[in-house]
Amino acid sequence: MAENKNIKVVMDKEVIDRCLTRIAYEILEKNKGVGNLALVGIRTGGDYLAERLKKKIFDIEGEEVPLGVLDITLYRDDISISKKKPHLGKTKILFSLDDKKVVLVDDVLFTGRTIRAAMDALIDFGRPKMIQLAVLIDRGHRELPIRADFVGKNLPSSLWEAVTVSLVEKNGVDEVIIAEDN
Amino acid sequence: MKFERKDILGISELSVNEINLILETAESFLEISTREIKKVPTLRGKTVINLFFEASTRTRTSFEIAGKRLSADTINISASTSSVVKGETLIDTARNLEAMNPDVIVIRHSAAGAPHLLATLVKQSIINAGDGAHEHPTQALLDMMTIKEKKGKIAGLKIAIIGDITHSRVARSNIYGLTKMGAEVVLAGPSTMLPRDIEQMGVKAYTKLEDAIPDADVVMMLRIQLERQKQNIFPSLREYSQRYCLHSRNITLARKDAIVMHPGPINRGVEISPDIADDSSRSVILDQVNKGVAVRMALLYLLTGGNE
Amino acid sequence: MKILLTGARVIDPARKTDTTADILLEDGKIAKTGTDLLSSVKSKEAVKIKIIDLDGMVLTPGLIDMHTHLREPGLEYKETIASGARAAVTGGFTSIACMPNTDPVNDNRSITEFIKRKASEAALANVYPIGAISRGSSGIQMTEFWDLKEAGAVALSDDGKPVMDAALMRHALEYAHSLSLPVIAHSEDTNLSAGGQMNEGYYSTILGLRGIPSIAEEVMIARDILIAEFTKTHLHIAHVSTAGSVRLIRNAKERGIQITAETAPHYFTLTDEVLQTYSTSLKVNPPLRSAADLKAIREGLADGTLDAIATDHAPHARTDKELEFEYAASGISGLETSLSLSLRLVQDGVLSLPDLIAKMSLNPAQILHLPKGTLAAGADADITVFDPHLKWTVDVGAFCSKGKNSPFHGWEMQGKALLTIVGGEIKYSLPSLKI
Repeated sequence: MAENKNIKVVMDKEVIDRCLTRIAYEILEKNKGVGNLALVGIRTGGDYLAERLKKKIFDIEGEEVPLGVLDITLYRDDISISKKKPHLGKTKILFSLDDKKVVLVDDVLFTGRTIRAAMDALIDFGRPKMIQLAVLIDRGHRELPIRADFVGKNLPSSLWEAVTVSLVEKNGVDEVIIAEDN
Repeated sequence: MKFERKDILGISELSVNEINLILETAESFLEISTREIKKVPTLRGKTVINLFFEASTRTRTSFEIAGKRLSADTINISASTSSVVKGETLIDTARNLEAMNPDVIVIRHSAAGAPHLLATLVKQSIINAGDGAHEHPTQALLDMMTIKEKKGKIAGLKIAIIGDITHSRVARSNIYGLTKMGAEVVLAGPSTMLPRDIEQMGVKAYTKLEDAIPDADVVMMLRIQLERQKQNIFPSLREYSQRYCLHSRNITLARKDAIVMHPGPINRGVEISPDIADDSSRSVILDQVNKGVAVRMALLYLLTGGNE
Repeated sequence: MKILLTGARVIDPARKTDTTADILLEDGKIAKTGTDLLSSVKSKEAVKIKIIDLDGMVLTPGLIDMHTHLREPGLEYKETIASGARAAVTGGFTSIACMPNTDPVNDNRSITEFIKRKASEAALANVYPIGAISRGSSGIQMTEFWDLKEAGAVALSDDGKPVMDAALMRHALEYAHSLSLPVIAHSEDTNLSAGGQMNEGYYSTILGLRGIPSIAEEVMIARDILIAEFTKTHLHIAHVSTAGSVRLIRNAKERGIQITAETAPHYFTLTDEVLQTYSTSLKVNPPLRSAADLKAIREGLADGTLDAIATDHAPHARTDKELEFEYAASGISGLETSLSLSLRLVQDGVLSLPDLIAKMSLNPAQILHLPKGTLAAGADADITVFDPHLKWTVDVGAFCSKGKNSPFHGWEMQGKALLTIVGGEIKYSLPSLKI
């Protein structure tokens, strides 16, 4: 990372936290409360954000929302052509998705392929009433007809730039950086 | 780490890192079998051939379920229904299968080394599902996964393997795996069932069950093959079960929290008394079966890749 | 036709000579050995003499392989008498003795005569048939030893199978001894070796292959030594592979029992450790043994316990070997690598070159009562010349033998036969040798 040119911090700890607070309110507003609501975070990144959202929703409403973690590796559309297999994480959804209003949570929305995989996976777990999508960053460049319902920050980027979301839970620091990818 | 192998022929060739990767991957697959829809699309369009030259309902079914839960097309070929009985050699069979372009061939064969021969002949990934008295790597992996889950670790445990070591591929694969992972492995069986120079594999061997199981964390019982009686390797099932059957009295020599394993199918009252086999606080025999599917899913997942 | 071989290092164990000399061959016999024969013959009739300069080469009595399998009649897809004889001269052998385990077994006059006839048609190496001890080598009923001898058999053996019946072995030894026919024992207790695929030890344990214990060989050698002692007869033991066998034979010789013994190059070159690939080219019976056995075999060769090196040339077709290990045939195609592998014993300081030559020519001749193995004037002009320094790589594809089953494929060798003369005629010469 140090060798990259033009590293720019686009979100810091405070900005990330403010965005998540806003998203939590938007989720509650759109769904008219926590009734039948569930959060599912996509590993790795989205799961930590989903956990933070769950906490913020509890702080606002005083109620626990069911939280699941989803590893979409097995649903990736490039799995059979990539030579080496990505590390496989655990999926943990310990509640029924039937008739739930599921909010999928991810860190960066890019091509949309991850979200496509996540929706296929969710449907294998049951029949949600509705699936919504919350992301911290939307950097554009969609390859599938997918859009987010809740966006922390729209970040126009070039294809050769790398957007990296660091979170305290996995990297020890909260920040979003954009850098020229070499 | 990345998994670089084309084939899984035995535990002897796997590194500790590779074993750990397989076990961790398998842990992630456990959850799929608990779902309402027990299937993921990962290996859609891939073909897995189960080539069984030796009857085995359990292992074959386990591989078949593993393949199907990953959406692979699985095809079973057993020696009695294929052209093998017509005198077709393994080489011809392999070439024919290769021409059908499968992605993975799972082979079970009564001849030690048959999977190695197959691996040199075809470009597909080969998984050894048991070859003669040589290796049964997927059994050892599921055993290690079970032990790791029940005991939280493998290193430092004392594991006793009891029975006919000479003719057991399960024993060999477990000896390789468990010693690599840092366990202390002790064996017990009639001296006619302890193969020559077995201690060079890094284990202790005893002829009395009671010498092997004291303070054991895990007691693994092997299946006894009835036909060995004809070879004068042991005099009778009666005498064998009197000396080498695990029951409620000799199990007290092991640690209080010791678990009891068996690769199945059990000869009840010969290798393990029914009360021990059915004691869910000790017996993890059904956990082993459950882990078997996950381990085989993990191997199919790790071995299948693109063509780049 | 006269041939004058000049300038080679001439080793003749029979006369205990090892010196640079010229040898003149005339009418299929050795006419003369001496220095500077060239000048003495040149003036008169040099044009009629083929003169071959062998400066730096080693010239020995023609090598004799007392244990080969030629597969004809019946198994011609593995080897024929002609292809085997061609492999022999290419490997430097002028005489070979072939075991009777053909199909049908060489257990009667007509098959022995058939082999002799085929060999003389091939007109390459001398081929000496070995007759079966029992009909069909089934270990039950003795063959007609007298008739076999008269037809040309030089020894008796059920090689490939042991004579499990001790009484049959006793009677065979007694009956054969009166005819001066040596009996060659394939020493294997088939109850102990049943189902065995390789040497029993650590490597059979980890490979999960049924072991053949060393005692399967040793109990039979011990038994046959006792029978030879009791009957006061000569017994020759084939393909010795274990330390215990060497010890038994050494002890028997010390006690004055008429025992001779051979081993094969693979037993002093390879150990069971190499079987970890499950390569069927390494499957052989007796099996490759442990490192301790290999060491004992070398010691047995060095101290004279083992009299002869034989190839146990066992050619097989690809279809016999490209199988699961336990279904594959046993045997190594050995005629074309034996000399080079044996020269390693000299390179490793185990044997002197004259001692090695004795084990590959004079000693087998004596054991089989063949008038061969010497360069004395008047002897048959059977001669082997080899370059002890020539480096080459084994390529089974280039074998003259139909059997390409060699674990030595790709090995770097030092020393190779250059010229093989049988009865005064050149039967093989390395293309690079200008003659």
